[in-house]
Amino acid sequence: MSEILKDYLPLVVFIAVAMGIGVALLVVPFIVAYSNPDPEKLSAYECGFNAFDDARMKFDVRFYLVAILFIIFDLEVAFLFPWAVAFGQIGLFGFWSMMVFLAVLTIGFIYEWRKGALEWD
Amino acid sequence: MDELWTTYLWPLIVMVAQSVLMLVVLLIAIAYILYADRKIWAAVQLRRGPNVVGPWGLLQSFADLLKFVLKEPTIPAGANKGVFLLAPFVTCVLALAAWAVIPVSAGWLIADINVGVLYIFAISSLMVYGVIMAGWASNSKYPFLAALRSAAQMVSYEVSIGFVIITVLLCVGSLNLTEVVEAQDGKYGMFGWYWLPLFPMFVIFFVSALAETNRPPFDLVEAESELVAGFMVEYGSTPYMMFMLGEYVAIATMCAMGTILFLGGWLPPFQVAPFTWVPGIVWFLLKLLFIFFMFALVKAFVPRYRYDQLMRLGWKVFLPASLAMVVIVAGVLQYANLAPK
Repeated sequence: MSEILKDYLPLVVFIAVAMGIGVALLVVPFIVAYSNPDPEKLSAYECGFNAFDDARMKFDVRFYLVAILFIIFDLEVAFLFPWAVAFGQIGLFGFWSMMVFLAVLTIGFIYEWRKGALEWD
Repeated sequence: MDELWTTYLWPLIVMVAQSVLMLVVLLIAIAYILYADRKIWAAVQLRRGPNVVGPWGLLQSFADLLKFVLKEPTIPAGANKGVFLLAPFVTCVLALAAWAVIPVSAGWLIADINVGVLYIFAISSLMVYGVIMAGWASNSKYPFLAALRSAAQMVSYEVSIGFVIITVLLCVGSLNLTEVVEAQDGKYGMFGWYWLPLFPMFVIFFVSALAETNRPPFDLVEAESELVAGFMVEYGSTPYMMFMLGEYVAIATMCAMGTILFLGGWLPPFQVAPFTWVPGIVWFLLKLLFIFFMFALVKAFVPRYRYDQLMRLGWKVFLPASLAMVVIVAGVLQYANLAPK
């Protein structure tokens, strides 16, 4: 078996077994449990009222903003991973290049903060 | 034929056996972690907690499992049936999948891959999908709003967890979880583990882990006074149980990550005689349970956060603090010549 297969095949097998357990848990009540659906039981829960309108409604744009900010910072973390692992070998030049990169991102972060993108009221 | 057997089939059988063993042990452990959570919570409130099923209520979680299996499964008429059922499956399987790379003792793990930390980070990022899918597919207002909140909360704290992991990686110089533990094995025993030199990061990790796994005081997802039960309100029977299972497995994963990154994994507190007699798995479990005990106490003690406070804490306190710590740790390692070669 090749090296990569030796490392990753157990992972695939493990996830497959976990999926097996997941499917079993999901399917069992549909087989063994008592089932008697009626329209009231299957309607969306809204504290006893009939649903006013469609649930997929407009939502606050801040959630979208948070997702965008997350992408920026998560990418930053993704850049930092290889840098952190190779930190001992890249020396002073590697250290300062990343500091410049982080400084640029920090300027962006300060701008967002001042613009009020992080405010929730 | 003989070669096929020895090089492929036999190792495959071993892998399946190991995976099944690991998962069964993990699930039983989760049953008792759940029981411990309820007992600790009850003890803080001067109640008894579950004490009917089995001696001292020890079989409570298994009774709950049986109950869930026998409950009527309902799928709301307006729901997207496929996605609705896929959501708990995704949550549960992803939570379990993280345990493939966690070393519970020296060499005791399923897959010793050299990007273990990255794998766990990726898996915990994907956990958001289960929540989003459940909230959207239910086609009901409470789950939808809860899913939005929860997704924003999980991604916010994900960033600071990422920075915390980076500081540990700077000190270790490897993404392999076994090497992370071995790097903490120094002559100072438990004072050489990273909880002491990186103490602020340990605190940030702990609080972010609470928020990441939607534990109280950050359980705004299921804030029962405003969102009834959050994104799982339309679920019942085992699909609901799979969300709870996924949540508790994710909590256990976070406790294990805290143990590995900051508390020296399976290492004994001191490398001297009485401590080294105890097997590594016992130390690992004791540390994991210590972190879980703190999780349980926080649940019992701390009132729930408001949503704006939660987001402020994540973006305006933890993010700048952890970013600054990355710079400080890197600077110290660079100029004090401590970086691992």
